[in-house]
Amino acid sequence: MSMRLLKSLITKNETLVAVVIIAFCIIATISDPLFLSATTLSDLMRASIVIGILAVAAMMVLVSGGIDVSFTAVAVFAMYSTTVLTLGVMPDMPWYFIFMISIFIGGCLGAVNGVFVVFFRLPTLIVTLGTLSVFRGFLLTFIGSQRISALPPEMREFSRMMIARGTTEAGSFYAVPWAFAALVIVVALTLFILHKTMLGRSIFAIGGSVESARRIGVNVRATQFFVYCYVGALAGLAGIIHGAMGRMADPFSLVGLELSVIAAVVLGGARLIGGYGTITGTLLGVSLIVLVENSLIVIGIPSTWQSVTIGLLILVGTGLPAWQAKRAAARAA
Amino acid sequence: MTRDEETAFIEVKGITKRYGGVTALDDVDFRIRAGEALCLAGENGSGKSTLIKILVGVEQPTSGHIFIDGKKYSQLNPRIAAASGIAVIFQDFSLFSNLTVAENIAFSSQLSGQARIFSHARTKQIAQAAIERIGVTIDLDARVESIPVAHKQLVAICRGLASKARLIIMDEPTTALTEREVRTLLNIIRKLKDDGIAVVFVSHKLAEVLEVCEEVFVLRNGKNVANGAATEFDAASLTRHMTGRDVPAALPPANIDQAKTLLSVESLGKKGAFEDINFALKAGEVLGISGLLGSGRTSLAKALFGLVEPDHGTITLAGEAIPLGDPIAATKAGIGYVPEDRLTEGLFLTQSIIRNVAVGRLDHHQKPSGFLNLGSLVDEARTWIERLKIKAPDIEAAVKSLSGGNQQRVALARWLSQAPRVLILNGPSVGVDVGSKADIHAIIHELAETGIGVVVISDDLPELLATCGRILVMKGGLIDGVVAGGTLTETELATRLAS
Repeated sequence: MSMRLLKSLITKNETLVAVVIIAFCIIATISDPLFLSATTLSDLMRASIVIGILAVAAMMVLVSGGIDVSFTAVAVFAMYSTTVLTLGVMPDMPWYFIFMISIFIGGCLGAVNGVFVVFFRLPTLIVTLGTLSVFRGFLLTFIGSQRISALPPEMREFSRMMIARGTTEAGSFYAVPWAFAALVIVVALTLFILHKTMLGRSIFAIGGSVESARRIGVNVRATQFFVYCYVGALAGLAGIIHGAMGRMADPFSLVGLELSVIAAVVLGGARLIGGYGTITGTLLGVSLIVLVENSLIVIGIPSTWQSVTIGLLILVGTGLPAWQAKRAAARAA
Repeated sequence: MTRDEETAFIEVKGITKRYGGVTALDDVDFRIRAGEALCLAGENGSGKSTLIKILVGVEQPTSGHIFIDGKKYSQLNPRIAAASGIAVIFQDFSLFSNLTVAENIAFSSQLSGQARIFSHARTKQIAQAAIERIGVTIDLDARVESIPVAHKQLVAICRGLASKARLIIMDEPTTALTEREVRTLLNIIRKLKDDGIAVVFVSHKLAEVLEVCEEVFVLRNGKNVANGAATEFDAASLTRHMTGRDVPAALPPANIDQAKTLLSVESLGKKGAFEDINFALKAGEVLGISGLLGSGRTSLAKALFGLVEPDHGTITLAGEAIPLGDPIAATKAGIGYVPEDRLTEGLFLTQSIIRNVAVGRLDHHQKPSGFLNLGSLVDEARTWIERLKIKAPDIEAAVKSLSGGNQQRVALARWLSQAPRVLILNGPSVGVDVGSKADIHAIIHELAETGIGVVVISDDLPELLATCGRILVMKGGLIDGVVAGGTLTETELATRLAS
């Protein structure tokens, strides 16, 4: 029993990613003792909120056997149009209403993906590649292409709400924003859905085999539709947090980030063929990517090497477990 | 109360199913009582699958009625069928390889229980109860992707039990199993019957059918052509009903005493797979290799063709040594290999017959200009369709649209077009219906008569006995003995394998 546990630990992506993260931190601390500080931690936490929420969403789609590349467009669309709407209708709206509007808009855009995937039965990559462009184009053409820095006051207020703030002994400033709680809530909610509800188990089942799921009576259409709406809603949330934290509604932001997010998820062990993916793995993948994007410079690697490093991590991080699995299969045959 | 007066659990009356202009089922009546096992027999395309699909509610009948416990339905859907206790074990088992054994077993019962919250403990409880009912041990926490085929089938049966199945339909349940696993399965079926569960058993293998089934129901071209007590049938009559013609019995092995040795294998060994393998194959000989799963027979077959690299030993073909572990060299030397699992290892399913036949020797169809000579490609494919009697609309038809027997012939055609000297056939009639099976056996004989050496690796004992002059019995990676084909019965060979 414990042998199997040990064996599964060794062959898991999660373990590999965790080892790389720890190694990175050790090297970084050696080259700069100040790296291991509350400041670095709070910076990394801050940087992982938006990408973390998006990654959890992307992970769920991968588990269901699909892929979504449109979530960044959904996020920026929801964020920007919510800002425009709030400023136009009721600038003093409380932040939680603003958030709910953005989540709602995101959910509706996700439903558009859902309609194409579920009711027209089109391949998910094609649908979301299409909607990625359509949502973004629609936003820039009909809603606006100007950056808005005069955000509704409540949004600015939200970005100033801190769970903890202070100064380290070394004299550098640190702050953990309440926005981080959003990531925690999203993680908890998604964990609950995926592992504690029949809906979540159905998502895994569909990812394993759509045909088998249909045969035992899983409502495949409703389940898939839920997945795309949920992803849209999470993207709406990530978008509005991105706007609030950056203190600007920029219609050109976020889009382009989708591949990094999917990379983080794949690094964490989710498989593109569907049926496999864990929250732990996803969060580890996100941590590693955020770490590389923000702190590569600390260990003496120029930041222009970022994408090379991330690419190599993906190749090794997903290639190694795949190679091990193949070898194990060959031995069993 | 006599059995006939008992209400049937399921009764199907006058079911007809048409797809466009094609009649798949024509006015079929069918009934099954609790605790009864019925064998549903028929060739591919006879309407068996359609009947099963109607029973589980995946397809709706064009006309006719279904009675469950006397209640009349004009059509079913998967939920009604499941709620009434009808479960199917599909040939591919329809399991979720990414989920654990426990979850696979408990999933459908939890779905039908309308539960929204998923409980891990409850799942294990349901699964444990189900596997205890059939008295097997399977690791409940293992992922299904990591368990052997025979266990997957047991998981599928347990899933049926967990969802309170009263009728379990098994679609060709024994094709992927070794003899010993078939024994286990038949015992489980007996247990199920004692529990009052009805079983519909789709199979061509009469020996198995007679062991567990009381009734036989034969379909041909969508019509019920025969039914009655299983004891009223024998192999010949069952085959005749299924095919509508008399299938010739096994042909006598050719006289090969004078022939020269074609392939000789000397002290071939691979650690953990097989050891000390010595045999010679004469021109025109059909040599069988059999053994239980894990006896090394598949590794040996692959090693002969270079797909598995042996650690030591030699393989010589007509006096010339063949490099080990090199399938391309083996092909060049004139060895052909038709794999066991033609779907994943042998054929390009979505591609046309012509492409599948030509792929092994595209260089032979090259024009001096370097372009492909399409004319000769087409001619060759046509020739083989004719010679092997492949039933296909045309040479452009995708291979996946053909029946199992015809797919196997396409796989054969690919190798035959290369004029091999030795042909290795791994499970030549797996998933092939009786009519085609006899044809494939006849093809094997014809090939042998032209001087090709044929090696048949199989689990299907009647097949080995019918086609092979000699049979090597493998056990634990060693050749345990050689028996001459036709000298012993199926039961004797089975005992020999299992002892």
